[in-house]
Amino acid sequence: MSTTSGVATGAFARGEPPLDPGRRRKSLHDGSGRRATLLIAPTIVLLAIVILYPVVTAVSQSFTKDAGLDPETGLFVEGGFAGLQNYRLWLLQDCGGGAFSCPPGTLGSQFWTSTGVTFLFTVVAVSLETLLGLVFALVMHRSFKGRAILRASVLVPWAIPTAVTAKLWYFIFAYDGIANKLLGTEILWTGDGFAPKAAIIIADTWKTAPFMALLILAGLQVIDGSVYEASKMDGATAWQRFRYITLPLVRPALMVAVLFRTLDTLRMYDLPKILTGGAGDTSTLSMLVVDQVRSGFNAASALSTLTFLIVFAVAFVFIKFLGANVTEQRAPKTKKAG
Amino acid sequence: MSVLALAVSGVLVVGACGGGDEEAGGSGDAAAAGNSTGPITYVQGKDNSGIVQPAIDKWNAAHPDQKVTLKEQTDQADQQHDDLVQNFQAENADYDVVSVDNIWTSEFAAKGWLQPLTGEYELDQSALLEPTVNAETYNDTLYAAPTTSDGGLLYYRKDLVPTPPTSWEEMMGMCDIATQNGMDCYAGQYAQYEGLTVNVAEAINTAGGSILSEDGKTATLDTPEAKAGLDALVKGFQDGSIPKQATTYQEEQGRQSFQDGKLLFLRNWPYVYSLAKTDGSSTVKDTFGVAPLPGGGDGQPGASSLGGHAAGISVYSDHKKTAFEFLKFLQSEEIQRDWLTQGSAAPVLEALYDDPALVEQFPYLPQLKTSISNAVPRPVTPFYPAVTKAIQDNAFSALSGSKPTDTALADMQAAVQNAIGGK
Repeated sequence: MSTTSGVATGAFARGEPPLDPGRRRKSLHDGSGRRATLLIAPTIVLLAIVILYPVVTAVSQSFTKDAGLDPETGLFVEGGFAGLQNYRLWLLQDCGGGAFSCPPGTLGSQFWTSTGVTFLFTVVAVSLETLLGLVFALVMHRSFKGRAILRASVLVPWAIPTAVTAKLWYFIFAYDGIANKLLGTEILWTGDGFAPKAAIIIADTWKTAPFMALLILAGLQVIDGSVYEASKMDGATAWQRFRYITLPLVRPALMVAVLFRTLDTLRMYDLPKILTGGAGDTSTLSMLVVDQVRSGFNAASALSTLTFLIVFAVAFVFIKFLGANVTEQRAPKTKKAG
Repeated sequence: MSVLALAVSGVLVVGACGGGDEEAGGSGDAAAAGNSTGPITYVQGKDNSGIVQPAIDKWNAAHPDQKVTLKEQTDQADQQHDDLVQNFQAENADYDVVSVDNIWTSEFAAKGWLQPLTGEYELDQSALLEPTVNAETYNDTLYAAPTTSDGGLLYYRKDLVPTPPTSWEEMMGMCDIATQNGMDCYAGQYAQYEGLTVNVAEAINTAGGSILSEDGKTATLDTPEAKAGLDALVKGFQDGSIPKQATTYQEEQGRQSFQDGKLLFLRNWPYVYSLAKTDGSSTVKDTFGVAPLPGGGDGQPGASSLGGHAAGISVYSDHKKTAFEFLKFLQSEEIQRDWLTQGSAAPVLEALYDDPALVEQFPYLPQLKTSISNAVPRPVTPFYPAVTKAIQDNAFSALSGSKPTDTALADMQAAVQNAIGGK
């Protein structure tokens, strides 16, 4: 996507003479253009197989009814064309008796609850992670004795597999577990109400704040130190330096980190599955998809298509309006400063 | 592109799993083919107690031309289920005999994946405990041969309660003893997972109610009996006889509480027996006893939910004659006895429960026999995943107090009916 400018910059950096623009355009239009197409063709084919085919299959399946039972033989028979029925099931909670006819305890009745709780996790957990990550990164960015050890140890929670993290917090949040003992409370962390949601948010934040810190730290390190020196000369306070230099300059890295975490959290499955098993309305959209797969592929296809659209919409909003820059590696504007 | 790839992965899951559903319905051709002898594979979950390979070695020594190979799956039940589904969809002929949890049998049968055990594959099951056979019977046809069983037991403190209660009422009347000793009275498995379905089904069945009609086509939860059953549990939570933290209990948390001496009565599976006897941290080694689950006050013991596995023959197997003989072998007295003595697996053969030598080694056998003989299989329906979810979600709301029993039961009725294909 940014290959041409990348090549040019690279050549420039190595001290080679820049390519004559006229020659380059000409060469793109003869042999090398075709060669480029030929070279990326396998990638395109591979992407079509691994991305396009499953997506198209899932979408087409979502318009097919799930198999039903033949009352005579007790065997399953094909369901046939469903129209929008599978989508009505989720969006309108229509189990066959009109809108909102799905009784509580059916998967159909849970779509909006699951969507709500998924977004709740995303908004709250990602906010906390960003805040904590920023603080961690600022601390790790300073030079002090033992910085290497701190950096390494902060990363430990991120290195542990999510399933292990979930099991760990499951024991911490047990009724007679450490959390209740330390707090002197008798909270049912995996029971009903808000406690299970809080438990998931806490565990997710614990696990992924280090990831945020790492990405933000990378962003901090490309900021030229001389900018700070200049601002100190001008008498800027620490807060002003943070507000007017650090924050704007680290913003591109921060936005990418937030985008990654947001997409991750929207697809969250293993942490809530192991920690609460969906108790107390903590079933995320991904958990709903997996539960539905066991009962019928076609309705599950509709659900996963909807999940896909939601995730896609969020990603789109991020890139379009919030300026998360994931596809281009534009050099930071500060490079030339000082 | 990476954003798209990330976003797409949700769809990928289903796209990758799908595609094989055209097989639904099965075919008579597949059921008739493969009627010959030869080497076969036996597929089951991880053999944690190491009792399966020795049995297969015995078979192989006697049948050198019809060798059986063991294929172990993970020890996670959900993954075992999904692995079987994938291999059936792929018509894998190498999955000749498969071990199925009794709640999966009707689903696999309705998909046409299990060889009906009729005609030339008819198995005499008269020596078995009847509920174990009922659990494998779908649409009046036996689809798998029970190989292991399981039933709920009541663990109690015999130092505090000399005679175990025989009815729920009686047991709840003994909760004063727990209060006097500063402990909790009773607990089962009430976290929101499969164990909750087991416990709720037991309460409803013990009270004389049921979840599905005999033919499995109607939900039958709108009865006074079903209400009495669920209410008994709800009342226990309301008056504190069942501690509120029991809504987070699976098997292990309850066992821990009982072993720590914090619980007077505990409903759990037989595996607890040897652990409570031998575990280093157990404070109740010599002070606990075992009884059948308490009944509904009609003199009958409680109705346990039935656990256990069965062996089914894949319709895609090439060597069904060998597979059929292997089923008989797994049900033979020799293997059933081995599995009990080597891995304390509950046998399906009724006679073994009355064997004095075995009873001496496993003192809980008579109670377990009562439990399994009075057990009720969980709903035998191909839509089991949706049915158990309907029960779990609504029962959990009732037990944690966020929904009155009547509403929870009405919702459960509607959701179960919806799950099995009603309106």
